[in-house]
Amino acid sequence: MAVAETASGTTPAPAGRIPPRYWVTGALLLLMPAIANDFFLYQVFGWAFILGTIALSLQFLAGYGGMVSLLQMSVAALAGYVVAILGTSGTVALSLGWPWWVVIPIALAGACLFATAVGALAVRTEGIYMIMITLAIAAAFFYFTRQNYSIFNGYSGFPGVVPPPVLGLDWRQPVPFYYLTLGVALVCYLVVLYVARAPFGLALQGVRDNPRRMAALGFDVFWHRVLAQGFAAVIAGLGGILLVWQNGQISPGTAGLPAVFDILVVAIVGGLRHPVGPYIGALIYVLLRAFAPDVLQALGLSGERFKMVVGIGFLAVVWWSPDGVLGLWDRWRALRAAGRDPLTGRAGR
Amino acid sequence: MLGRFFERHPFWSVVILLAAALLLWAILAPWSEGVEDVLGRKRIFLNALFSGITLGALYFLVASGFTLIFGLMRNVNLAHGSLYLVGGYLGFEISEATGWWILAFPVVFVIAAAMGVILQWAVFRRMEGEELRQVLVTIGLSIVLADIMLWIWGGQSYTVLTPDWLAGPADLPIIAGRDRAGDYTYLRFPAVRIAILLAAIALGVAMWLGLNRTRIGMIIRAGVDDRAMLAAAGVRIQIVFVGVFAFGAGLAGIAGIVGGTFQSLSPGEDTRYLLASLVVVIVGGMGSIPGAALGALIIGVAEQFGSVYAPTYSVVLTFLIMALVLAFRPQGLMGRSR
Repeated sequence: MAVAETASGTTPAPAGRIPPRYWVTGALLLLMPAIANDFFLYQVFGWAFILGTIALSLQFLAGYGGMVSLLQMSVAALAGYVVAILGTSGTVALSLGWPWWVVIPIALAGACLFATAVGALAVRTEGIYMIMITLAIAAAFFYFTRQNYSIFNGYSGFPGVVPPPVLGLDWRQPVPFYYLTLGVALVCYLVVLYVARAPFGLALQGVRDNPRRMAALGFDVFWHRVLAQGFAAVIAGLGGILLVWQNGQISPGTAGLPAVFDILVVAIVGGLRHPVGPYIGALIYVLLRAFAPDVLQALGLSGERFKMVVGIGFLAVVWWSPDGVLGLWDRWRALRAAGRDPLTGRAGR
Repeated sequence: MLGRFFERHPFWSVVILLAAALLLWAILAPWSEGVEDVLGRKRIFLNALFSGITLGALYFLVASGFTLIFGLMRNVNLAHGSLYLVGGYLGFEISEATGWWILAFPVVFVIAAAMGVILQWAVFRRMEGEELRQVLVTIGLSIVLADIMLWIWGGQSYTVLTPDWLAGPADLPIIAGRDRAGDYTYLRFPAVRIAILLAAIALGVAMWLGLNRTRIGMIIRAGVDDRAMLAAAGVRIQIVFVGVFAFGAGLAGIAGIVGGTFQSLSPGEDTRYLLASLVVVIVGGMGSIPGAALGALIIGVAEQFGSVYAPTYSVVLTFLIMALVLAFRPQGLMGRSR
């Protein structure tokens, strides 16, 4: 990333100096419960953080690894299913009722294992083949959970999955849930930023740009890609567990193909260049989802046409700005920089 | 070609021959009681086999267009399933309005082909070589198309009515079992499925001949191998692209009518058949017509046998086949390694 920043003309920030817009955003997010109502905290921000976290795992794979994997929603749903199966749920006959501190590590490990195994198959191919293969496996996961009643409880899935009462708090209340999702999203975001600058992340970006040269330098291209899949799966799994708690249930539709495409839409609309992109995309998506029906009805159309709005918006973004909202931001900055005299820094020439 | 395969893989040739002989025996010979104890009723086995083959024929219709488009242009059209569903709905409307089932085929072919022309000319031509963008744009298109179809035709499922001359079962000269009196009974199978199977085989052979024995086929094959050189040789490659895309899209539309006749049409079928064509071309090999036929047959038969003999794990069987192929032959059974 540092290379990209110097190339685009801005001076790299010295270590320890954080631009003011980060402080403003952080303070706003922390103080949000003071200004927003419960609907915004739970349905808008909570959901946006969850979707953003799942999409963040795709951003990591696609942005740093060059692997567009459509499997992330299935991985998230698998973690959610494990929580429902091993923990407590409304389907008492199938759930084992283990304590949360056993269940959550198992869920994350299971998601990681699944993604690593699939990744080992999928990374043998590249680019478009990878998209097709992960799409096929994601669909297979959906059909399998719908058919299988002995483990996944088929069509109805698991209702009544609630977060455990840790520290005496009910985590499904809007304010605790807001901080829970914010905390997880923040940690995931920082970890991805860190890993992207760590040796592993740099090697992964090298593999993305030129696998043959990296192989010649002695890096194991295959294992870098597979481990990236495993790492991304943990992030997606965290998102999946939060998603189950937010919805209170999990069913095959959670990982249906529309949901799989939604994650792709969120990540692309936000932008794949930086980990903040998925969160921006998720916020836009959630706001659209929450308010497009009302706007459509105000315009005299049926509120059910909201999917078309999402689809057309996605098409417009892909058509005009393949880098998503972040690309628009970069372009705007480049435009502003171009209007300045490069020597004096004054506007207008 | 067969002789060369035998020379190179004598062991596998013998295994394949033995398996084929065993299968032939299982189909033609009446099963003794001992065999039926182990494998179940022969009628069930035969029904699963023949349903699987007809399902494979349908998959071939959908996937051959997909693989043809991919093979020539490296275009990934994830709106292929939407073309299938549009074709099915339009076929339903036409056959309801006119009462002519057979008329729906040419009309839908032309409409779907026109949609394909628009797709190629307005979308893919502008983003040649940008695979990720193509994928994203076609996903966006399929979301929008799915919603438009839901708007027009609603959420209920439709079935295209079979015409009278193909309705009802037909007797096949294959022994299915014995009745109480000890006489042989023969396999009864819906006539329309046999017709579809024969049509798919005829179409597959015609496509193979067209690709391998005609001038246009030669141009297309040359385009698959080296597009730039073909364009340099004076062929108007964009027109060839549009033509192939139109043909593939038309096939998807026709497959929609076929699917609507012996199954049903409802929202969600588009992604189901998109997935089926993905799996078929992954198993068979991208861009290969014989590969699409082989892959479609394998996946169709596996799906039917899975749903008869292991109902909750039939998807796993399909997935397992795909995983095995990917693990041992990532380019697909008939695919060429690049």
